[in-house]
Amino acid sequence: MHIVVCIKQVPDSAQIRVHPVTNTIMRQGVPTIINPYDLFALEEAFKVRDCHGGKVTVLTMGPPMAEQAMRKALTYGADRAILLTDRHFAGSDTLATSFAISQAIAKIGDSFGAPDIVFTGKQTIDGDTAQVGPGIAKRLDLQQLTYITKIASIDLHAREITVERRSEGGTQMLRSKLPCLITMLEGVNTIRRGSLDDALRAARFPILKWSAADAGIEELANCGLRGSPTVVKRVFAPTPRAQKAMQIDTTDKTVDHVADEVVASIFTNQPALEVELSSNGSA
Amino acid sequence: METQKSETPSPAAGRAGMKKELPNDFQDHRDVWVFIELERGQVHPVSVELLGEGRKLADKLGVQLAGVVVGPPDGVGTGPAIADAFAYGADLAYLIESPLLANYRNEPFTKALTDLVISHKPEILLLGATTLGRDLAGSVATTLQTGLTADCTELDVDADGSLAATRPTFGGSLLCTIYTLNCRPQMATVRPRVMSTPQRVAKPIGRVVRHDLTMVEEEIVTKVLGFLSDGQTEDANLAYADIVVAGGLGLGAAENLQHLKDLARTIGGEFGCSRPLVQKGWMPLDRQIGQTGKTIRPKLYVAAGISGAVQHRVGVEGADLIVAINTDRNAPIFDFAHMGVVADAITFLPALTEAFTKRMAPRDRMKLVN
Ligand SMILES: Cc1cc2nc3c(=O)[nH]c(=O)nc-3n(C[C@H](O)[C@H](O)[C@H](O)COP(=O)(O)OP(=O)(O)OC[C@H]3O[C@@H](n4cnc5c(N)ncnc54)[C@H](O)[C@@H]3O)c2cc1C
Repeated sequence: MHIVVCIKQVPDSAQIRVHPVTNTIMRQGVPTIINPYDLFALEEAFKVRDCHGGKVTVLTMGPPMAEQAMRKALTYGADRAILLTDRHFAGSDTLATSFAISQAIAKIGDSFGAPDIVFTGKQTIDGDTAQVGPGIAKRLDLQQLTYITKIASIDLHAREITVERRSEGGTQMLRSKLPCLITMLEGVNTIRRGSLDDALRAARFPILKWSAADAGIEELANCGLRGSPTVVKRVFAPTPRAQKAMQIDTTDKTVDHVADEVVASIFTNQPALEVELSSNGSA
Repeated sequence: METQKSETPSPAAGRAGMKKELPNDFQDHRDVWVFIELERGQVHPVSVELLGEGRKLADKLGVQLAGVVVGPPDGVGTGPAIADAFAYGADLAYLIESPLLANYRNEPFTKALTDLVISHKPEILLLGATTLGRDLAGSVATTLQTGLTADCTELDVDADGSLAATRPTFGGSLLCTIYTLNCRPQMATVRPRVMSTPQRVAKPIGRVVRHDLTMVEEEIVTKVLGFLSDGQTEDANLAYADIVVAGGLGLGAAENLQHLKDLARTIGGEFGCSRPLVQKGWMPLDRQIGQTGKTIRPKLYVAAGISGAVQHRVGVEGADLIVAINTDRNAPIFDFAHMGVVADAITFLPALTEAFTKRMAPRDRMKLVN
């Protein structure tokens, strides 16, 4: 089995602040992490390896500092790490990103054996698009299995995979073929703590750094800003609401009294709601 | 690197400011399309919301609005879907019926939608940001090599007729407006409940344009073995509930969620939560409200022990009336709530339940008398 896991290094968006005047993201001092959704993909890859053997290659596209994320993935237990980094990729939107990554995966296939499964997280926490996974699948002509909650079974002999997929209002059971691309849903597993051996190995392990040329990418026009059909025209902060909440204090009144007051003013604001509630007889 | 642009807006803004030179192959792209999503035979409400939005865009551009319906034959779902498309403002509907489209699978749906786009050349193509819509939109955009903007919260057309798609970025801390410059169609997905539901048209009429799916089952690798519905209990109808009561970390312990559920039951609402409660395993993911959970648009939203982080805020801003209960009078939630109660939610929630019960009780008694 050869499994490729695509991960991304992202700023810990819980700690990001917006500059009050310039409306730009203040990234100074904001730590970077592996996109949390990708850890579910990484763990699932390890579980498949536990069952069926093989190797897990992690791949990321990003600036040179994304090497930290690669190291981290190695400490969790990845077998190989490839960082796709080149200024030609700067400004890539999802279409350009999926192009570069799919080319790199093809190259990985040439160098280390074609992957049976490519994993990605459901989406990233900075881009939130959930588009790169499907983009890679389409470009590499892999079966696309998104929002997967469980890999029920893999039959290596028949090259079949059975999965559970989260969809609106329920779970779809799908049977598909390898090779496939799986985007993992969150909360389905917990990333393992790598062994001490993994940690020691990761510290010194050579991370392969590939430029566009190393990845065999010839059509540079498909990469970065040039290869991105979408452009960001304007970035701005959400408008603050003009008025703050009318605050009701409970310090010098009983809780019950305040509760009555709140219900009264809810119904003053939303008379239709009172009619609805009363006619439902839900009380 | 997909967001590098939003971190460094200046070069991108410069480029976007350039004069648009739409290649000749795209000059004849017209019309606004809305993909009508069928969820087990039912039109997903997000498609109706998109028809309302699509109508506005089509009117601004002076073009037609089309609904795209793909599904199994014999009118299971497709008939009503077309009727809905016309009822909510579409001028025409593109229809592909095939047994291969009975359950959602990426391959036949991508083929159907891509073929339609290639034959009829829409300028704008909108889909709901559901699991189906996002799965499909990504494949279609990649096949067509065009731009796709995910999870938009606002759509508009600018002076030169380009689609301006606004979406939250960095977890909702910022918004960005994105253009698809030199490719067509301009594609976007929109989350359920971000747009309001439009009025029905008085006398809906429209034209149906049929197409065949040029694909056979043998070409489709992935098979659907079954579908397990969430059922009534787990199926949190949060997004479309009129009343939502939600709790956050301020509730302190999983036991205290009972206060939340009591209030929700009393006033006939759904209950939900902020993200940390899902992470702690106190509530299922389906109940999470916010950027990475559900967007809601209720008439009444009660937030108990929720600080009001921006990622939560973007999911609740559409609520008509937001009532916040928080011990900290400076909590950010008071910046966007309409009514704020500075109180301990654990004692205040039961009091609120009681107050609602009292207020509605006499009417109930009258019902009994009648
Ligand atoms: C990428 C990303 C995506 C995210 N997506 C979401 C999302 O979809 N939805 C979401 O909700 N969050 C999301 N978050 C998390 C978000 O940033 C906040 O961390 C989260 O909303 C905080 O939850 P909270 O308000 O319940 O907890 P806290 O921030 O801990 O706030 C608890 C509040 O309760 C108050 N309190 C304490 N005790 C009491 C009491 N007894 N009675 C009343 N009030 C009390 C406190 O004053 C405080 O304001 C996301 C974060 C990231 C990074």
